[in-house]
Formats: sequence, structure tokens, C-alpha cells
Amino acid sequence: MPSLKDLRLRIASVKSTRKITSAMKMVAASKLRRAQTAAEAARPYAERLERMLGTLAGSLAGNAGAPRMLAGTGSDQVHLIVMVTADRGLCGGFNSTITRNVRRLTTELLGKGKTVKILPVGRKGREAIKRDYGKNLIEGFEQLGRKGITYPEANAIATRVIKLFEDGEFDICTVVYNRFRSAISQEVTRQQLIPFPAPAVSATGDKAAFEYEPAEEEILTTLLPRNLAVQVFRSMLESQASEHGARMTAMDNATRNAGDMLNRLTMQYNRSRQAQITKELIEIISGAEAV
Amino acid sequence: MADKILFDLVSPTQLLVSRQVDMVVVPGEEGDFGAMAAHSPLISAVRPGIIDIHDDGKVSERIFVAGGFSEVTADRVTVLAEEAYPLADITKDVVEKHFAAAKAATDGAVSPFEKATAQRLTAVAEALQALVH
Repeated sequence: MPSLKDLRLRIASVKSTRKITSAMKMVAASKLRRAQTAAEAARPYAERLERMLGTLAGSLAGNAGAPRMLAGTGSDQVHLIVMVTADRGLCGGFNSTITRNVRRLTTELLGKGKTVKILPVGRKGREAIKRDYGKNLIEGFEQLGRKGITYPEANAIATRVIKLFEDGEFDICTVVYNRFRSAISQEVTRQQLIPFPAPAVSATGDKAAFEYEPAEEEILTTLLPRNLAVQVFRSMLESQASEHGARMTAMDNATRNAGDMLNRLTMQYNRSRQAQITKELIEIISGAEAV
Repeated sequence: MADKILFDLVSPTQLLVSRQVDMVVVPGEEGDFGAMAAHSPLISAVRPGIIDIHDDGKVSERIFVAGGFSEVTADRVTVLAEEAYPLADITKDVVEKHFAAAKAATDGAVSPFEKATAQRLTAVAEALQALVH
């Protein structure tokens, strides 16, 4: 049975924890709103770019002269996984679902005798993967988007990926990130970036004969890197919105749990206080009777 | 002029314009082109320059784009701009920022791709400067 003083201390500490978690929840909620707007604002561009690229890729598919970023290197030996996580914890299962997914993918690919390289974006992911697959990690990016993700930041990552590709460091590139569905649910998404997955619906209804200025190949060679940057940008924005959503949910739960705990502790405190008073009274009365 | 064409201007961070217009003049890589309703399908690279939106025979809006791509179909013009600013928003600060970015990219460029990026940034900065002076 803890003493009254212990209980008082416990209650005070739970109270201050509850204050912190509820403050974090409110911060996450306001950041979520901003991140969500940003993620939604980026969608039109990514969608239209994908559509345009789809048209182009459809008309070029199977051509021998297609750029390597579209056609691939002809091998699938070396895989690059871009893992988008948060820099900070305290957001429920947000980071661990991503790392679990990446770990599973890595194990699977290694089992098939492939080589795997992991490019972490975000500190938490790197730390979690380091234990199991430290030797597969390559230098990644951290501390991005402290004031919201910007396009140049995504572009820096894309440039790095393209450089690695040009140097022949990998054959296939996949990005793993949390897609934002709602404030309380995120979905781990794998998306192949290189080679560009030629759309299944390339033969859409209006197969209009497009004119190209300059030639198709030339447009593709600039459009493909652009698309890569935009897809990275989008995955980062989605991931950030998801992070704040996940943190908000986690902190909401924590606040509620702290409240429950406080109720229990207060009840216990009052009971033992009353028990002590009763005990003292009995002592006085029985002392008086004995006289 | 009864027929209008839907003009979409999007940059990676936002949808800037999405409305029916009479005509848009886009600075294509191989020369400016005007797009009106029933234009033949075209995909063109866009160089840094100004997009003019024409309504009722007048230029109703002018927007600077820092290069990108445009897709024209019979009823739609889509411009995917790398960056876009309405002309009024371009100040010395914006120009200087672009020059600084271009310089940083040029200094660090090693691979052909990085060099191409640096060149493009420089071109954008120069195009912007021409507008301010």
C-alpha cells in the first residue's frame, strides 16, 4: 500500500504528463491542417504530370531508344528502397509500420539473392533499420520539412537518386511511405519510381496523335526526372500529413489514458486518507475508553 | 468567339489557374504558341517566360513561369510549371534568390544532370531579371 505522500506525487506527475500530451495533440492538430492542405495542393500537379507522362510513355513503350529511366536497365539485381519516415517519435505506429514493411521487403529481396540498398528519409527510420540491416543503409536525409516540405528539398532527394541511377548503383527504385487517408488512418504504400511503370491504360479512348515539340525522346528525358522529383515530393507531403495525424491520435489516446489513471489514483488517495482518519479516531476513542 | 478553352496552370505546390479562357499564349521551347479551342493535340516543353491569358480580345492576365511542360488538347490546355508567379509578385528579392540558387547549383555541379539543372536555374534567373529591369 503506497503512502499518502507517494500517491500525491504520482498524481502530480500524471497530471503534468497529461498536460504535455494534450498540448502535443493540439500542436499536431494545427500542423495537420497545414500539412493536409499542402498535400492536397500538390495532388493536381502530380496527377496531371502522371497523365501526360502516361500518354508519352504509352506512345514510346517498346521502342528501343526509350530512356533508361523508362525502360529500366534490363536487370533487377540491385534494389533501392527510399524509406520515408518522421524525424521524431511519439506518433503511435507511424514509424514502426514503415520500418516493418521495409524490413519485410528487404528480407524478401535478400532471400531471392538480390542486393538491397536503403535510402532513409527521416531519422526514426534509419535508427530502426540500422539494427538489422545497417550494412544495407546508404546515406540518407534528415531534418527535412521543419517548416513544411518544400519542393527544392524533394528535388535534392530526386537528384541524389538519379545520380545513383546514372552511376549504375541500382536497377529498380521503390519508395515506401505512409499515404494520408484521414486524420486517424494511414496506409503504407509502395510505389515503384524507376523504371517508370508504364500505365496499363496507355491505349485510352482518345488516342489522339500528339505533336511533340521538341521530339518525344527529348521531352521524356526532362519529364522523367521531373516526375521522379514530384513523386518524391508527393510522398513526403503525404507522409508528413500522416505523421501529424498519427501523432494527434496517439496523443489523444495518451491524454485519455492519463485522465483514467488520474481518476483511479485520486480514488485510491481519498480512500486511504479516509482509512487513516478512521484509524486515528478509533485509536483516540479506544484510548479514552481504557482510562 | 463562343468557344472557350479550359486553361489549367499548376505548379508543384498549388493549382494557380483553372478556368475557361478565350486563348492562352504559351512560351514553347520552339517558339510561342497560342492555344484556342479546337487546337490540335500537342505536347511541348515550356521555356522560362510569360504566359498571356486572353479574354475578350485583351490580355487579362500575365503569369511568369520558370519552364515546364504543356499539354494541349482540343478542349484543354494544361501547363505544368516548375514555378509560377503573377507578374506583380516579381520583385528584386525573388530575382536575387534565384540567382543565389543558380550559383549554388553551378558551383556544386559535377554530373551532366546536375550541370543541366544548374544551367536551367541560371536561365530562369536571367529571364526573371530581364522582367524587373
